[in-house]
Amino acid sequence: MKKIISGWSLIKIFTLLVYIWMFAPIVAVVILAFNPQQFGSFPMEGFSFKWFVKLSQNSTILDAFKNSLVLGSFTAIFSTAIGVPAAMAFIRYEFRGKEFLNTLLLAPIMIPEVVLGVALLLFIRWLQQPKSFALLLIGHVVLTLPYVLLIVQARLVGIKREYEEAALSLGASPFQTFREITFPLLAPAVFAGMLFAFTISFDDVTATLFWATAQNQTVPVKIFGMLRNSISPEINALGAVMIVLTVSTPLLAGYISRKFAKGSGK
Amino acid sequence: MKNKSWKPWILLSPSLAAVFFLLVVPVCFVIVYSFWLRAPSGADIPAFQFGNYAKFFEDFFYPSILLTTLRVALETVFLCLIMGYIPAYFFYKTESKLKPFLMIIVMLPFWISFIIRTLSWINILGDSGLINHVLMRIGVIQEPIAMLYNEGAVIMGLLQYLLPFMILNIYVSLDGIDKSLAEAAKSLGCTEWQAFKEVTMPLSLPGVSAGCLLVFVLTCGTYLPPMILGGPGNEMIANLIFKRVIGTLDWPFGSAISAILLILLATIVYTYNRYMGISQIFKTLSNE
Repeated sequence: MKKIISGWSLIKIFTLLVYIWMFAPIVAVVILAFNPQQFGSFPMEGFSFKWFVKLSQNSTILDAFKNSLVLGSFTAIFSTAIGVPAAMAFIRYEFRGKEFLNTLLLAPIMIPEVVLGVALLLFIRWLQQPKSFALLLIGHVVLTLPYVLLIVQARLVGIKREYEEAALSLGASPFQTFREITFPLLAPAVFAGMLFAFTISFDDVTATLFWATAQNQTVPVKIFGMLRNSISPEINALGAVMIVLTVSTPLLAGYISRKFAKGSGK
Repeated sequence: MKNKSWKPWILLSPSLAAVFFLLVVPVCFVIVYSFWLRAPSGADIPAFQFGNYAKFFEDFFYPSILLTTLRVALETVFLCLIMGYIPAYFFYKTESKLKPFLMIIVMLPFWISFIIRTLSWINILGDSGLINHVLMRIGVIQEPIAMLYNEGAVIMGLLQYLLPFMILNIYVSLDGIDKSLAEAAKSLGCTEWQAFKEVTMPLSLPGVSAGCLLVFVLTCGTYLPPMILGGPGNEMIANLIFKRVIGTLDWPFGSAISAILLILLATIVYTYNRYMGISQIFKTLSNE
């Protein structure tokens, strides 16, 4: 019996160490962002908001933030707009080649981003189109579509078809059924899909490096450029801002969707 | 009933069109371009020849980058497996009230910017990073130890990026195992360890293999960690592609390297799918 307990405590200690290992670097970024020292490294020499102030005055970074927000929002909208109907088709209908098509639509997850980047850029070049915001947008839609599909499909499986059939048999049109029954039940998943698409788009570096021009650089691409020299306290400050933003988003979203779910009687 | 048969196709058509024109067609272009020639002037000449592939395997330089990529991928998979299985098993077994909270925390890195997570290791491993700072402070070392810009640092970055995928895959698989099975084995005289080795572990293998495949494939295509945390000798295949395409604008050769990477990964995924089925991975990802 004694041996079992010690085995279990070893597992606990190991798990704790993994947590520490995983979060130590992230915590270090946030702490160092407040270090007034010039080189963005230890030791801490006080506490200041100097780098955040400097960041808020850096217009190229603010532009990059704007680009990222616009791109992420449009990506989320387009990706869910085409992903939700596709998920409906896969879950609600039987047709030939379903398995194959589902795998095809999920394929971008498994294809390296570099290859996606090269491929799309090559295609655009062949069409003799310049790099543009539209290229970034369609590229990001392809990158995020599989995740939207996965999330919405998983949710749709859990929505009983009987609800829809009941509505139809009571005289609702298919569109009314979707609007009144399916969509409210599906809303949390659509929301989660949009959020996921936004985050992936906001976060993407590799493919974006291929597709972005100097005018439509996103925040991660900007950070990548800044890193050429070395890590600076400004990067740590920017990192801290992004960590706080991106960590609070899913927590907030989880809270909202739980409210949603309660509202719909789940 | 009959008029229903076209309905799913209408719902599917926007997604299918997007993936067809933005993924399938462009990837075909990569394959076609990989046979083209590059004129000394820099222009691309349509052709059908294997010169670009021959160039890749001509001497040891390019294949060694491919080998580095595969080695780093295997090392990452191995470390991810050890560092992922134990926490996943902890989640499976624990009856702590903190479990939902701990699981949310483990998924948080998914949401934190990849580039921030990667560069955050500079603060830990760098010459004036946390480890060197502490060691010098307590007087263990006089000069900072060089821990950045080598393969170890690259793997650190990769592990931090990929570990949540591994934990999630293993946990989903473990979670589907009836705990009474291991109990039954124990009541029949197995020790805790034997029950794990003979019952729980084999049943968790689908999740383990799915996690390993995902980590392997994602590592093979990785660009950022070698760029930020690696030195000149830690270049991986994606860095090579980027350099050839964006740096030297050698589209045919860049396409050929992309095709090689694609064929390699497709072979691995195909073989895996043949024996294990790929759906496990998608199932897990949709759980997130």
